[in-house]
Amino acid sequence: MLGVIGRKLGMTQVFLEDGTAVPVTVIEVPTNYVVQVKTEETDGYNAIQVGAFPAKEKNVSKPLLKHFEKHGVKPLKVLKEFRVDNPGDFKEGQELNLADVFEPGDVVDVVGKSKGRGFTGTMKRWDFGGFPKSHGHRYHRAVGAIGNRTDPGRVWKGKKMAGHYGNETVRIQAVLVVDTIPEKGLLLLKGSVPGAPKGVLYLEKSRISYRKKIKLKQDRFKNLAPVLKGDAS
Amino acid sequence: MSSLIDEVKARYTPKKDYPDFKVGDTVKVHYRIKEGDKERIQAFEGVVIRIRGGALDKTFTVRKESYGVGIERIFPYYSPNIEKIEVVKIGKVRRAKLYYLRELKGKEAQRKIKEIKKWEYEAMQRKKEEARREREEKAKAEQEQTAQEETHQDTE
Repeated sequence: MLGVIGRKLGMTQVFLEDGTAVPVTVIEVPTNYVVQVKTEETDGYNAIQVGAFPAKEKNVSKPLLKHFEKHGVKPLKVLKEFRVDNPGDFKEGQELNLADVFEPGDVVDVVGKSKGRGFTGTMKRWDFGGFPKSHGHRYHRAVGAIGNRTDPGRVWKGKKMAGHYGNETVRIQAVLVVDTIPEKGLLLLKGSVPGAPKGVLYLEKSRISYRKKIKLKQDRFKNLAPVLKGDAS
Repeated sequence: MSSLIDEVKARYTPKKDYPDFKVGDTVKVHYRIKEGDKERIQAFEGVVIRIRGGALDKTFTVRKESYGVGIERIFPYYSPNIEKIEVVKIGKVRRAKLYYLRELKGKEAQRKIKEIKKWEYEAMQRKKEEARREREEKAKAEQEQTAQEETHQDTE
């Protein structure tokens, strides 16, 4: 689905008109550029390649530089492909701004890289319970048993154990857009999103927005704008 | 980066014209409550024992005792549901957070906070302000002097 590239700035909260406080993540969406339009005839599927964050020429590899040159776009740091149904509506080099894609009340899917946590034990990584801290226990945060005896005589594949956690691509589906500030390219999403501040995020129109549950969620926040400076009751 | 966040915060911070209140003051918070379709305003009167956070995240805690049971309520400072705040009493305290009131009962808690009159408080503020101004002037004068000395040394 059509989307843009953005960057996480941080979190805060806003008040809605009915007085509820909503936790929001602020996301900066700079001007995005359509780099390449892919169509069924030429590429076998319909999509647009979008890029953002201007880069210095020296920081872009030669093959990529040629790619940008070919499509008449300045070198960019981040590229991402979004599937679309109507590639004919897009032109190479076209600017794609926040206001063109999202408006308050929409639901978006957010794809980002989660914070890296390094080698992590099972309690943190898989939410295991661990063992009591006292009453004669000799271990507290260990995994416990990992299998049976001679049958099967081995550990099942995919057994949840300690290991590397985080720094992986995470998709959060159907996040509500609380508000947008198009002139600054800022987006306020309800709740948290993957990654640390300054982390790159891909924002897509939600793939599950047709679901009843999601529609209900949207309805609940319909007609509820955040309270702005100066117009308090 | 974070300045953009501050901008966002400023944009969504509603204007509030509360009177100045601080920890130790007794305030009356008029809070709007929705019951079904009906709306009414409830007043909660008690001592402010904590003010925390800045900008949009600011909250304050009001403590009162009702039939011998201590009740604390945390209000978001910028909540649109707060109709108004009245300062009932100005209190003089020596802590920023009055958690010690939780261990005291009834009159004891009241005795801990010394009430001062509004004119007294204002006089105190004036005095503080004056002292601050004096200090600043002194610092400025000293700075000028050292600056002058430095230029003297340079010419020598």
